[in-house]
Amino acid sequence: MAHDTTHTAHSGAKKRIWQVFIILSILTIVEVVFGILKPDFLVHTDLVSLSLLNWIFIGLTIVKAYYIVWAFMHMEHETASLRRVVVWTAVFLISYLIAILLIEGTYIQEIYENGYITWDF
Amino acid sequence: MEATTVAKTGTEGKSWGGGEKPLKASYGKLMMWFFISSDALTFSGFLAAYGFTRFKFINEWPIADEVFNHFPFLHGVDAPMYYVALMTFILIFSSVTMVLAVDAGHQMKKNKVITYMALTILGGIIFVGSQAWEWSNFISGEYGAVETRSGKIIQFADADGNRVALDEFATPTPGVRTKHENKNGIWFQSEGSYNPLGIEDVKKGFAANPDLRVRTMQLTDEGEKEVLNREESLLKLNTSGIGVIEGANLTKNEYGAPLFGGFFFFITGFHGFHVLSGVFILIIVFFNVLLGTYEKRGSYEMVEKVGLYWHFVDLVWVFVFTFFYLV
Repeated sequence: MAHDTTHTAHSGAKKRIWQVFIILSILTIVEVVFGILKPDFLVHTDLVSLSLLNWIFIGLTIVKAYYIVWAFMHMEHETASLRRVVVWTAVFLISYLIAILLIEGTYIQEIYENGYITWDF
Repeated sequence: MEATTVAKTGTEGKSWGGGEKPLKASYGKLMMWFFISSDALTFSGFLAAYGFTRFKFINEWPIADEVFNHFPFLHGVDAPMYYVALMTFILIFSSVTMVLAVDAGHQMKKNKVITYMALTILGGIIFVGSQAWEWSNFISGEYGAVETRSGKIIQFADADGNRVALDEFATPTPGVRTKHENKNGIWFQSEGSYNPLGIEDVKKGFAANPDLRVRTMQLTDEGEKEVLNREESLLKLNTSGIGVIEGANLTKNEYGAPLFGGFFFFITGFHGFHVLSGVFILIIVFFNVLLGTYEKRGSYEMVEKVGLYWHFVDLVWVFVFTFFYLV
C-alpha cells in the first residue's frame, strides 16, 4: 500500500489535494453564479425535456463527483478492476432507475394535464 | 498472514488457488466500498423519487430560490442560494482537511493527523448546525398560504406581484378559541402549536384589501408563479380555500406540493444523519489517534476508511445541492 513516503511523492499528493480543492471551488462558484443569474437563453432552450441550464448543472455536478471520487477517495490509485466494480455498477443501475422514474413521472403529468378529470377544483 | 496458514493445498500461485488479491485492497477498505456503493444506490433511489415527483408536478413545483433565500443576520433580504453555497464550501473544505489527515497518516505523522481530523470534525459540526438552521427556517415559514379543496395551495401577492404575508392583512377573530395549556383541562397536557388565524379571517382580510391578488402554484412560461387578477382571486379564495397553512410539516407546507416538504425533510435529513454519524465515527477514530492506537498498529488505515465515508457524504451533498437547490 501507500507507504512510499519519499519526499517527492508526498509533496505531489499534497499539491494534487489543493489543486482539486481549487477545481471544486471554481465549479461550485460557477454553479452558484449560473443559479443566481439564470441567463434567459439557457433557461429557455430545451434539450431532451430539460433546459440547457439544468444540463450544465448536471454536467458540472458529475465533473465534481469525478474529482471527489478519483482524487479524494483515491480511486485513481486503485486497480482498474476495483474502479470498474464500483463505478460501472452504480452508473448502470442509477441510469436505469432515473430513466424509468422520469419517463413514468412525465406520463403521469400528461394524464393530469390532458385527462378528463380536473385535479384542481 | 503466513503464520496463520495451516495446510498447503498444492495450488499456491495459481489464479484460483486462494491467497490472491486481485483488487489489491485490504478487506476493510473493500467493505467500505461495498457499503458506499449500496448507500449510493439508496440515495439515488431518493433523488430519483424526487425527480419522479418533480416531473409529475412539472408545472407547479415550488421555486427553490423563493423557498431557500435566508442568510444569517440578513433578515428580510432576498439571498437565494448563498447559504447553501456556503454550506457546500464548508463540506468541501472538511473533505480537504480529511484527505490531508489521510495523507499525514500515510507518513505516520501523528500530530498532523490530529490537527487535520480536529478541523474535519469542526467542519462537520458546523455543517450539521447549518442544516438545523435551514430546517428551522423551512419549518417556521415566512408568508403563509391557504390550502384549497384539492390539496393545492394558494399564496398572496400585491398588485405588483410581490409576496404578502398572511398576518399583514388578516387578523385572528378574538375569542374563538385559545391555545390549550397544561394548567387547563383534566390532564397536564398542552397543545403543541395553535394557529388562531382561521380561513374566515383570511377571506375577510383579503376582501378588505383591493390591492391583494392570489398567486397560484401554476408556473408561467417565464418560470414564475401565476398571479390571478382581482376577480379571479376573490373567486378562487372564496370557492376553494379551506384552511390556513403557515410553515411546513410532514403533511403540509406553505411552499407548494405537500411532497416537496416530505422530500426536503427526508433527503436532507437522511444526509444530515450521515454527516452526524460521520462526526461520531470521526470522533472515535480521533481519540484512537490521540491514544496512539494506530501508531502501535503501524498503519493509519482506519483514518483512510473513515475518510472514504466522509468523502462519500460530501459526494452525496454535491448531488443534493444540484437537484434540490439548483435544478
